[in-house]
Amino acid sequence: MGCVLPNVMRMTTSDEALALAAAGGDGQAFSALITRHYDRVFRLAFRLTGARADAEDLTQDICAALPSKIAAFRGDARFTTWLYRVTVNASHDRRRRRASYAKAAEGWGEVEIAARAEAVEKTDAIDWLTHAMRALPEDLADTLALILDDMTHADAGDVLGVSEGTISWRVSEAKKRLKEMKETVQ
Amino acid sequence: MTDELDDLKAAMTAATPAPDAAAKRENITLAQKNFASLQGSRIEPRQTIQTGPLGRILNGARTMLHSLTTRPALAASTALVAVGLIAILPNSGEFTNGFTPEPLLESPAQDDEVDAEIVGADAVVATTAPQVSNSAPLVEPTAVPESSGTAGVTISGSAETGIADRNFSESSDDIRRSPESGSARLDDLEIGSIVASKPSPQIATKSTPRARRLNSDIDVIYSESETDAFANAPTSPLKITTEDPVSTFSIDVDTAAYSVVRRWIMNGTLPPAEAVRIEEIINYFPYAYPTPEGPHPFEPTISVVPTPWNEGTNLVHIGIQGSMPAVEDRAPLNLVFLIDTSGSMQSADKLPLLKQSFRLMINQLRPDDEISIVTYAGSAGQVLEPTRAAERNAILSALDKLEAGGSTAGQAGLQQAYQVAESMADDGEVTRVILATDGDFNVGLSDPDALKTFIADKRDSGTYLSVLGFGRGNLDDATMQALAQNGNGQAAYIDTLSEAQKVLVDQLTGALFPIANDVKIQVEFNPAQIAEYRLIGYETRALNREDFANDRVDAGDIGAGHRVTAIYEVTAVGSDAIRNGPLRYSEASETATPTASNELGYFKLRYKRPGETQSILIETPIQPVQSTPGTDVRFSIAMAGFGELLRGGDALGAWDWADAIDFASGAKGQDVYGYRAEAITLMRLAESLDQ
Repeated sequence: MGCVLPNVMRMTTSDEALALAAAGGDGQAFSALITRHYDRVFRLAFRLTGARADAEDLTQDICAALPSKIAAFRGDARFTTWLYRVTVNASHDRRRRRASYAKAAEGWGEVEIAARAEAVEKTDAIDWLTHAMRALPEDLADTLALILDDMTHADAGDVLGVSEGTISWRVSEAKKRLKEMKETVQ
Repeated sequence: MTDELDDLKAAMTAATPAPDAAAKRENITLAQKNFASLQGSRIEPRQTIQTGPLGRILNGARTMLHSLTTRPALAASTALVAVGLIAILPNSGEFTNGFTPEPLLESPAQDDEVDAEIVGADAVVATTAPQVSNSAPLVEPTAVPESSGTAGVTISGSAETGIADRNFSESSDDIRRSPESGSARLDDLEIGSIVASKPSPQIATKSTPRARRLNSDIDVIYSESETDAFANAPTSPLKITTEDPVSTFSIDVDTAAYSVVRRWIMNGTLPPAEAVRIEEIINYFPYAYPTPEGPHPFEPTISVVPTPWNEGTNLVHIGIQGSMPAVEDRAPLNLVFLIDTSGSMQSADKLPLLKQSFRLMINQLRPDDEISIVTYAGSAGQVLEPTRAAERNAILSALDKLEAGGSTAGQAGLQQAYQVAESMADDGEVTRVILATDGDFNVGLSDPDALKTFIADKRDSGTYLSVLGFGRGNLDDATMQALAQNGNGQAAYIDTLSEAQKVLVDQLTGALFPIANDVKIQVEFNPAQIAEYRLIGYETRALNREDFANDRVDAGDIGAGHRVTAIYEVTAVGSDAIRNGPLRYSEASETATPTASNELGYFKLRYKRPGETQSILIETPIQPVQSTPGTDVRFSIAMAGFGELLRGGDALGAWDWADAIDFASGAKGQDVYGYRAEAITLMRLAESLDQ
């Protein structure tokens, strides 16, 4: 068990201290931490998935797994960076699983299921925002999700495990594509 | 930055909803609960597993659709097993140290009793482990879960059998998202296992909530059953003979994956790796294996040939040829065409193609065969009284009059078709309903389970059901597969007239006359000769070792004249191509050879004669004689290579498209129907697309 911080300090204690305490087994620190950051996780989940229901699910996934993950938090990175990384990875997993489910359907059904999912999306009248985000390649979309969350390029690079330069390149690439998209729409 | 990015940012900020308060409370409670239960477990190692795919099954209509298909349910069950092995919490130091980011085959051998209660962790750990480990090196390699708000699941592995039991049972209700979810999930799982023709009897039982052992034996299960949860895996797992000498799978005469691959490639895109089921690509093609002469309805031909893509390995090629009863002797057929004429069938690739296809088929029938046509659209109706095939014009004109319109009353149509079929049945005749549809069963299908039971009953009373899928758009694959599987029929997908030709003309007899049911194959490799082996394809058809002798476990059926090919890539003991080095701490006894036999392995096949419940065993040793492969064997190997190339991965080393095309071109043989030429064209296209 790590050191248990007195209750009154919770609101002002830094994320990292709370996280380290939680990693050491402090349940209250963990509660404080997750309460503090829930909305942030949800917001990023929404930006990564582009749909409310998906975001809710993803957030729930993360909540379920966070207790076991936090044990490994060593304070090498800022807590928010670490948490974003967990969130992005979780969304990758979801995406991948969803893709493999859609495609794993027996034989001739798989194309159909994908087509049907597409049709559902269209009838849902997804607005241009989600549309634009989904039209981007995944790495660009992830990068944008972070950048649009007011994250610096350096931090986004930390989260995604790439260099700051790569992030900057991706952002400009994404911009380029968004512009093209807009032009084709108009 | 007054540009798209700002627009997007503004839009994003506006669009981002506030989290749902109730969900937030629930999720935080869930997190706290999981946290608390983890702390309690720190004294001893504990497996943490999340029931992701199961939970996901509950979500919304789209997911329900997926859940009804075979694979997700399968994936769910196997993924759970998989996770049972690898999700070791790092909380106790001694485990953490030895843990590697690639735990697939690394479950620490540990004989202590381990409490394996599951706390809503992740079932798809394996695929994501390395990645997550990067960011959090000491964390349990579970990535974040698919879903967590589901019941705990417990997995037990028994070391004694060499293969773990699989007990999925409910526990810890309190973690569930809602009371309904648990039961719904279990139901889905049951449906899934029926549909999957690969039932695990223990799935969804409500016993044995506590699991016991973590043992390296469980690896066996993991790799045997590793199917769709890891469908992204580029190659089938390579197995080490000393650890896991037995490979068991169900045969598969489906060919749908090839049609799907063809469709993708013809549309100018490489198919996604997951869509490529190599065995179905191999089995699409007719091969002239020796026809059976003995007492059995089919004969396995096993040959050992050099691997074209790897000098250090050999391929064990198993070709099974089903007997072809003399066509003249065949019993008269009673066929009821049940034709979907709902509005959705209007497009050119549906009803019009269907009419053309059936016209082709009618030419193949014999004068004594009888045909009736029942349509369903809004209300069901018989548009052609049972008519002898000799009266060709009557049949064709009834067919021509079909118009698409209205919605679909599938169930009423089926019931009427069966009624007609029963009225036509005479002793010794084969009666079959052929359902042709785009799968839109949305009207009248109140209870899928009842429908399946209905079909299964009819099958037992002698009326089979085949399903032909047409077109795309609202094809309900789940229902179609369920119907065909329960009706002991085939589901085929007709996308072009030439596919209709293949399914309904060239291979009509096989499609209509089953010669063996529940055909399973088990190969035991001799560790004295074979160091490593890998089954190419059949990932989705893996069976548990003990399922082989269990006649209640369903498996694939073989029709008259069908042939099935399975290919293992094997590495001989002492070969340079062995990928797994010797272990430093492995017991000496493992390397000692128990048998001095020079056989490579032992092949066993079980099948049931149609209508019987007891299986018959065929067995033969695999002799270490390398043979020169004929064109059939070579072409099937080329198709295996084609599949591997489409799936990606490093199984083929430097062997590339050009090599595969060369190899296939050199093995075209007679190719009467031009299937092989078409495949080579596809390979060339794929090569260009892959640039």
